Amino acid sequence: MSFVLRCTSVRYASTEHSDSFHALNDVSLTIAQGEQIALIGPSGAGKTTLLHTMACAHRTESGELSVFGVEPWALSHAERHALRARLFLAPQTPPLPPRQRVVTAVLAGCLPQWSFWQAIASLVRPSDPDTAYDALARFNLQDKLYARVDRLSGGERQRCGMARLLVSKADAFLVDEPLSALDPTLALQTLATLQQEATSRNATLVCSLHQVELALSHFPRIVGLREGRIVFDAPRAAVTEAMIAELYRNEKHTGQDDPVATQADTHITPQF
Amino acid sequence: MISNAAFAHHPDPAWRGRITATLIALLLLWPMLIASEFKPWILLDAQSLGATWHFLSGFFPPAHSREFLLLILEATWQTIAIATAGLTLALLGAIPLTLLATESLSVSRLESGHMRFAGAVVRQVARWLLVLLRSVPELVWALLLVRIVGLGPTAGVLAIALTYSGMLGKVYAEILESSEAHATQSLLKNGSGRLAALFYGALPASASELVSYTTFRWECAIRGSVVMGFVGAGGIGQRMDESMKMLAGNEVSTMLIIFVLLVACADLVSTFLRKRLG
Repeated sequence: MSFVLRCTSVRYASTEHSDSFHALNDVSLTIAQGEQIALIGPSGAGKTTLLHTMACAHRTESGELSVFGVEPWALSHAERHALRARLFLAPQTPPLPPRQRVVTAVLAGCLPQWSFWQAIASLVRPSDPDTAYDALARFNLQDKLYARVDRLSGGERQRCGMARLLVSKADAFLVDEPLSALDPTLALQTLATLQQEATSRNATLVCSLHQVELALSHFPRIVGLREGRIVFDAPRAAVTEAMIAELYRNEKHTGQDDPVATQADTHITPQF
Repeated sequence: MISNAAFAHHPDPAWRGRITATLIALLLLWPMLIASEFKPWILLDAQSLGATWHFLSGFFPPAHSREFLLLILEATWQTIAIATAGLTLALLGAIPLTLLATESLSVSRLESGHMRFAGAVVRQVARWLLVLLRSVPELVWALLLVRIVGLGPTAGVLAIALTYSGMLGKVYAEILESSEAHATQSLLKNGSGRLAALFYGALPASASELVSYTTFRWECAIRGSVVMGFVGAGGIGQRMDESMKMLAGNEVSTMLIIFVLLVACADLVSTFLRKRLG
């Protein structure tokens, strides 16, 4: 099993929200190694928080979480950090410093495996440009190998972030909205590359998506999330249109800030 | 009025706070003006004007005998050397302290929003050390060190190293903390080490700010080493002290021109480096 969550609740810890509330409520989910899952649900449903929780980036408040058979929050600080090297969390906004070169940004996916001096040496002269080239080539970005990140378009940055995923040695990919800046054709290609990579190394792929059609056509198992709770968790054949309509049913707008979106927004770097 | 009505419907929540803060600032500034005996009109009274004229009239023409220029050139070179050596030593102290003091590199804060107790203690100690180092002015360090290592540039170098490591460490930590944390945090969440995350995430995001602050400090170190020359720590300042005491205005003006050139050079270096990194 790569992930087991049992009645897990997560309180959203944020300095902006002094009245912290539950971003996830009693979530139970079991994911086998190598499974591919799409996470769907309206904005603010807790998709990002769920991914961050599985990546051991948010502490759980109650319930159980086990990752690759161990409970991360029972481990020591250093052991938990070593566990993170087996998980790859790709945030919705690609985490690439604008002044860095693409080759460095992609090779940063190897940092958990590298010693500190290897990391420094690679800053001076990229230690493995071929790996970065191959990873970029799978997203048609090989020409940008030595370009600077701020010369890339939004969609190119997003795929550059995915290329970092390919060079990592992770056993589970937790990908947040990987297609949000891509046109329909590129979205299909990118999703296919992600799924091929996950299949070829038998890695678990959990992917949050806004495109319900893509989720239903590409992922064998669909998890619907709404207001921090799992609404359904079913193979795609069992997901009906009524279930989807119910999941995205428009409630009267409460005016409450969407915690996940707020966090994501503060991280968006201005694109010049 | 329409605008008033709109204002009443959507009052700016920050408005009252701003007004209060401004009033408090004014209230606090007034006693400070009195305490600092701020009386600028004294500058314009007849006696002061006479003294100023007498001193400044000696400034022209600047001293330019070959012998004097050679002497000053050597002293200038010594000043630059003091500033550069002092700043380099300061960097050796400041960089490790910065790494300890920067909060955004904390893995425990990433997990729960709070730092672990041990980590928080180390950070606080590093911050106190930075405060201690920079709260003693370099001139005081120099006076102290002149007693210990004797007259000469060594005292100046050590004084700059001590004070400036405190200043650099504090500002570096603040630059790193206020820069975009997304890249660094994301690397940490994927399991990379703290130092590697710093070099791959935070440094590329704030390299040009760090470089421009460092060159600015180098400029300050040049000025600082001049001031320390007055207490016997060598360099152009010591020459200036002598000239001032002999009321040789023409020599003072030559040295002032050299200061201007030095600062302009530092500015050029900074612009060049920032363009390269920009």
